[in-house]
Order: sequence, then C-alpha cells, then structure tokens
Amino acid sequence: MWKWLHPYANPEKTYQLTSKLIPWFGYIALILLSIGMTWALLFVPPDYQQGNSFRIFYIHVPSAILSLSVYVTMATIAFCGLVWQLRLAEASVAAIAPVGAVLTAVALITGAAWGKPTWGTWWVWDARLTSQLIQLFLYLGVIALNNAFEDKSQGGKAAGILAIVGVVNVPIIKYSVEWWNTLHQGQTVTQMGKPAMTMDMYVPFVVCFFGMVCLIGWLICIRFRTEILSRNVTRPWVRELVKTVGAK
Amino acid sequence: MTNSSSFTPTTLSYRRAFALVFRRDLTIALRHKDDIFNPLLFFIIVVTLFPLGIGPESNMLARIGPGIIWVAALLATLLSLDRLFKNDYADGSLEQLLLSPCPTFIIVFAKITAHWVITGLPLILVSPLLALLLFLPDNSYGALLLTLLLGTPVLSFIGAIGVALTVGIKKGGVLLSLLVLPLYIPVLIFATSAIDTAAMNLPYSGQIAIIAALFVGSITLAPIAVSAALKVSTN
Repeated sequence: MWKWLHPYANPEKTYQLTSKLIPWFGYIALILLSIGMTWALLFVPPDYQQGNSFRIFYIHVPSAILSLSVYVTMATIAFCGLVWQLRLAEASVAAIAPVGAVLTAVALITGAAWGKPTWGTWWVWDARLTSQLIQLFLYLGVIALNNAFEDKSQGGKAAGILAIVGVVNVPIIKYSVEWWNTLHQGQTVTQMGKPAMTMDMYVPFVVCFFGMVCLIGWLICIRFRTEILSRNVTRPWVRELVKTVGAK
Repeated sequence: MTNSSSFTPTTLSYRRAFALVFRRDLTIALRHKDDIFNPLLFFIIVVTLFPLGIGPESNMLARIGPGIIWVAALLATLLSLDRLFKNDYADGSLEQLLLSPCPTFIIVFAKITAHWVITGLPLILVSPLLALLLFLPDNSYGALLLTLLLGTPVLSFIGAIGVALTVGIKKGGVLLSLLVLPLYIPVLIFATSAIDTAAMNLPYSGQIAIIAALFVGSITLAPIAVSAALKVSTN
C-alpha cells in the first residue's frame, strides 16, 4: 500500500517531485489569492459594526489557522523522521519552521492592526493572543536550534525533537492560557471562533484560505528543494544538475 | 575460551543503577558546593530586587509576591540546568553512561532527580522566608510550598530536554532559555493561580491537580525525549 512512497526516500526523486509541484502550487496560489483578495477587499459588503476594518480578517484568520496546522505538520514529519530515520525529514523541518514562524508573526501583526480600531488597543493579554505569541517562541526555538549545530543533519534531528516536545505542550499551553485568562476577560475575541457570517462574506474567505494553503505549499516546496540541494552538494546527481542547469 | 568465559557482563538491576547514578551526582554536587549555593543565592537576590525596584508597600508586594517567587524560581532553575549534563559531556562520562547496557531512561531519570534534590529542594526550603519578606498572607503558604514541591520537578524534567539538546553546542546558554522558557509557562500560570486562589481562602485543589498532572506527565515522558536528545547531541 505504501510502496509508492518508497522512491521518495531518495533525495533525487524528491527533488524532481518538488520541482514538478512548485509551478502548480505557485499558479494556483496566484489565481486563488488574486480572486479572493480582490473580492474580499473591494466587493464584500462592509461589516455593519466594524466597517471596513474587518477586511483584514481575510489575511488574519487563514494565517492564524495555518500557523497551527503547519506546526503540527512539522512535528508529525519530525516524528516520522525520528522513527524511520529519514534524512529528508530533517531537511523538511528546517524548511518548514521559518515559514510557520512568518505565518505566526503575520497573524500577530494583522491581529494587532485589527485590534487597534476595534478594541482600541494593539495588544491584550488575552488567551488567544498569548498562546499565539508562545507559538511564535516555539517556532523561533526550533529555528535557532536548527541553526546552532555545525552539522546540518544533527541540527535537523535536534530541532525535530524540540518540535515534537512542543506539540505535546501546545494543547497544554493553549488551555492553561485560556483558564488563566477567564479570570480577567471574557467575550470580545471569541466571537471570531465560530463566525456567524453570511455567505457573501464566507465564500471569499474560503477562496483566500485555499489560496493561502497553496502559497504556503509553494514556499515550503521551494525551501525544501533548496535544503535538499544544500545537503547533497557532494552527490553526483547534484553536480550533473549544476552542469545542465548552470549551462543554460 | 578462558578469556571469553571470564568476561560475563554484570547486569545491574534498574533500582541499583538508579541508586548508583543518583549517589554519584549527589557526591559530585556536595564536593562542589557552589553548584548548590549559587542558584539559591541568585533566587534570593532576584526576589530582593523586586521590593527595591517596585517600592516597599506591603499590599502591592503581597499581590505580586507569588509571581515574583515563581519567576525567580524559573530563572534559578534555568541557571542551574547547565551543570546537569555539561561536565559529564566534557569529560566523556556521559557517553559511557549512554553506552552502558542499562536503559538510558533510568540513568537520565536518576540524573534529573539528583539535579532536583540539589537545586529544587533548597529553593523550597528557603521559600517561606521569602514569602515572609514579600508579606504573603498566611493562608497562601501551604499553596506556595505545595506548588513548589510539585512544580520544581517539572521544571527540572522539562529543562533537561533543553539541556540535552544544547549540550554539544558551545554557546548553548542563551539558546537554552529560548527553548525552555516557553515550555515553563503552564507551570507558572497554574502555580501562581493556585497561590492567588489560596490567598482568597478559596479551594485551590483544581490547580494543584493540574500541576500534579504536569508532574506525572513530565517525569514519565521527558526522560524519553532527553534520551533521544542526548543520542543526537553525543552523535
């Protein structure tokens, strides 16, 4: 059943696969995001309470959701890499972590920009904001650990272990922060949890979301491909590739 | 024939292996008393800085006291974590321990327990004194001691993961705090919340139960992660 997966333990095969996937992700992301963003920014009716400021929702929410799913993806890959000793898993952890960190930062910054007009403040020590901030720290830790080792493979393994430990801790942090804060603050933010939205606001969100997914896929594929190359520079197939591509 | 038969590996029982490593680490610590006293002094000095920086009003200090004591405990533990594996890594005995037929889990467990006895226990013993200095209400002393008793082992065990990951790096100190402090947040939140609740004369068994859950979870799972991390670090 899993036989089709076996060739991709070979870096060369995976390199070719990512090369094939990159244009697909890239163009689909371009199409979906340009449709979704134009729709969201120009044609969706303004919110009756928040006016036009709510339009940042179409960037904020996809990046916030994806920052979590990217983390879980990274930890799952790291776990598989640790169990089956896949060298490519180390490369993919190194490729994914910065993308996830940027997503988390985007979610935080857009959230702050949205908070200013609606709540009147850039930052609140609210459960969601705090757990997202900690999420950013976890990402930064994975990146820092990955870069701290001279041996790339060792750094990838260490970062993978940290990612797995982090994923155990993510639900704990999430709930601890939520319980910690129910003492001080209620309501306001949680409305976004289950958006009671009309269809003409919801459909462009779905378009934007999948556009964002493809954008992330595109970025990760590019980074992953570069990681594979930089980890295999001494291999004959990379030399061949440099000769043929470099000649053009 | 005679040579090979005379070499019979003596297998240690788990309890015996634990006791050996535990006693070894304690002996080393008792011969370098700085390791015990420096983090403790750091803990006391950090706590004394707060009244000087914030002002000596007893109401304010009583309000933020639990947070101060716990944050200082986090930092003191962080400071002392380095010695958990560093010297053993430098003189090669860590690799020998990892190579021994005894499961790494037992060895790591013994080392972390010893670390807690050396650094966590003195913190707990000195904490009532600091609570007195910060004017903590009498009814929160029990909660303070209980949270420290359950919480400081969690700090040692989670911190050990960070040390094991960074032990092979030359400048691991700053990196260690980046890795470990985000993972300490749940303990901090529940511990201070328990002490605050106790100060209001409300039942705080809920928070204690969660810290106990974190305690049990970390002593069972963290040694596995530490073993995996040490194998990566010693390569």
